[in-house]
Amino acid sequence: MLGRDISGTLQQQVHNAVVNGTPLKIEGGNSKTFLGRETHGEILHVSGHRGIVEHDPRELVLTARSGTPLKEIEAALAETGQMLAFEPPHFGDNATLGGTIACGLSGPRRPFCGSARDFVLGCKLLNGKGEILRFGGQVIKNVAGYDVSRLMVGAYGTLGVLLEISLKVLPRPAASHTLIQECTQAEAINKMSRLLSQPVPVDAACYHAGHCYVRLSGSEQAVKHAHEHLGGEVIEKSEPFWHALREHHLPFLGSANPLYRVMVKPAVPPLEIAGEWLLDWGGAQRWLVSDEPIALIRERVATVGGHVTQFRGGEHNGEIFQPLAAPLLVIHQRLKASFDPHGIFNRGRIYANL
Amino acid sequence: MPVSKDGLPCNRDAHEDLIRKLRELLPPEAVLTDKEDLRPFECDGLSVYRRLPLVVVLPETIVQVQAIMRLCHALQVPVVARGAGTGLSGGALPLSDGVLLSLAKFKRILHIDPENAMATLQPGVRNLAISDAAAAYGLYYAPDPSSQIACTIGGNVAENSGGVHCLKYGLTVHNILLLKVVTMEGELLTIGAETLDSPGYDLLALMAGSEGMLAVIVEVTVKLLAKPERAQVLLAAFDDVYKAGEAVGAIIAAGIIPAGLEMMDKVAIHASEDYAHAGYPRDAEAILLCELDGTNAEVSEHIMKVREILHQGGATEVRTAVNEAERQLFWKGRKSAFPAVGRISPDYYCMDGTIPRRQLPHVLRQISLWSEEYGLPVANVFHAGDGNLHPLILFDANKDGELARTEEFGQRILQLCVEMGGSITGEHGVGMEKINQMCIQFKSAELSQFHAVKSRFRSCWLT
Repeated sequence: MLGRDISGTLQQQVHNAVVNGTPLKIEGGNSKTFLGRETHGEILHVSGHRGIVEHDPRELVLTARSGTPLKEIEAALAETGQMLAFEPPHFGDNATLGGTIACGLSGPRRPFCGSARDFVLGCKLLNGKGEILRFGGQVIKNVAGYDVSRLMVGAYGTLGVLLEISLKVLPRPAASHTLIQECTQAEAINKMSRLLSQPVPVDAACYHAGHCYVRLSGSEQAVKHAHEHLGGEVIEKSEPFWHALREHHLPFLGSANPLYRVMVKPAVPPLEIAGEWLLDWGGAQRWLVSDEPIALIRERVATVGGHVTQFRGGEHNGEIFQPLAAPLLVIHQRLKASFDPHGIFNRGRIYANL
Repeated sequence: MPVSKDGLPCNRDAHEDLIRKLRELLPPEAVLTDKEDLRPFECDGLSVYRRLPLVVVLPETIVQVQAIMRLCHALQVPVVARGAGTGLSGGALPLSDGVLLSLAKFKRILHIDPENAMATLQPGVRNLAISDAAAAYGLYYAPDPSSQIACTIGGNVAENSGGVHCLKYGLTVHNILLLKVVTMEGELLTIGAETLDSPGYDLLALMAGSEGMLAVIVEVTVKLLAKPERAQVLLAAFDDVYKAGEAVGAIIAAGIIPAGLEMMDKVAIHASEDYAHAGYPRDAEAILLCELDGTNAEVSEHIMKVREILHQGGATEVRTAVNEAERQLFWKGRKSAFPAVGRISPDYYCMDGTIPRRQLPHVLRQISLWSEEYGLPVANVFHAGDGNLHPLILFDANKDGELARTEEFGQRILQLCVEMGGSITGEHGVGMEKINQMCIQFKSAELSQFHAVKSRFRSCWLT
């Protein structure tokens, strides 16, 4: 298949960085630079390391180099009637597989089908000593050794450079319907959390601008029966809506105020924080555009056991991610040191001292 | 002070000192030192490895676990944690100089939260008890190891256990949200969150399947799923093992993800049938069990499709369980395959390799050639849907050299799995059993990375 393996060049760059003590900033398609804290260093370009290495539809597994454009992967899967079931957001035309996995991003299907991390089966990575290592594999079940490949998901490149990733892929559902119902936020939360204990083929549920949207996917019959059971109006051609939701193209998400990602248990009632709210993931991931100070937002969210990420906008050198409890931070620092002993990769991208 | 070759203190005074201090921390009945009391803890489900621990402790509070760990850390005594002891890789094998920490008293279901579809459990709660308790809310816990009647959630997390339904519903790692763990230093940590993800590194993934080497699990919050409206199982018979293997790929290729897709060969069919009377066809060379679940309509649609695929694939017979009782019976045969094989042979050795599904016919052929070469019969039981093989090598440990031959045979099977792009263990874990085979699957730099992870995770004395 089309592609290029530049792992040798990348390895050499890491060796040089170690020798010269130069920090490296890992970059794929440069579509997610807005995420996380600012990091400085010589840019390590991974986008040239690309190509689908293997995709056997019968195995439900795809392996690709990290710089492969997400679009290319999704197109190849679509040709065989398959998909990335965690429905990753791209946040830009050049999004790569490596960036998506490093940031651990998942779309609307996540609460019902699993996260980016759930679908990672194995990876090849370049650690901070310039060693190329393989963990996990291309099989669905594999419990040999620590689960290093899943540890890489959401580590924002601070532990190593992802070179190759194997993912479990799934067949696309035969049919999909989106139901819409006008309601308040509180009613939507009730409705969505009830879906969790009902045997209905839901694969997305959100609340936006006074409406609850529920997407049903599965076999033609299953979707039809579930629609009859749940009620609500069907939106024709709902694809653009879910796409806009996933990619943050819905109007208010582009506002000048910072955008916060608020994670709570799905049934938590509406939070009393001023701003505009959009609830995705059946209520478990809530987007808030607000000019309230982040400390206040975190304080309120902590009372219901949740956590907050400053996702877009605002101060970029502060505590973008929810601060960790002290003993956990120590473990993070030690793990970082075990993979990247010279501290060269994406310094400070998630936490100042990591 | 005399020191053993592991660098551990080994004199009697030190042992007595440890036991005395443990007795200060725990009630008398929670510290076992008599040989006959230690005996039940000498092995787990892999009984070829046996060793008595120095002492067994049975704490019942997290504070007690912390105190035990602090003490052992101070005295540099190794600790092995144990759940129900049903593991199949010697992961709970005690150390003769160490403490065996049993979590058996942590048996309470702390909270079921139907609104958020989650349950908080002590680590000693049995796997099946979770689904039993959640049933009142129309919910269940998906991972279902064959030992689910006895095995406990803490052990499931430590081993990242699978089961027959993990093709569709994932392993333990996919079904947990939060852990409370105690480190070797006695520190209590919360890993993960009640939310769908948590800030920082994915330590939850690192803990799952870490086989008790990073910390002791003292509380687990799991995700619960809505019970499917309907589950139906098909049984297909084949006159050829390879045709059955091909049919597995064909079902997946048709875009259907069965809830479970299991395969058994003739030796396994006969053993199970004699034991469980599940109604399996004795004249078949292989059977497939294919469970489909979902809404009523979806299951009906998929059953039609799968029946067609099975017939096209050369099945000599396809049966659909007529009711829930027959469905349970079909599964009973499969889930009791190991004990059933145990009845037809003095001993058996259960392997746990995984391979890409397409290699199934090749690997089966090779195993049967080796079986003849070694003169050791093999019963094959597979989680065929996810390429997880459980060849059971039948042997007699009382016959001179037979255990050694069995181990050599097993080693070759695992080596083949790795060559085919698979793994030495799909769900049973590495344990003491496959510690040497780790070198087949991983290069030395990769093993060094594992060591670095462990040594940086604060503890260095847990097994």
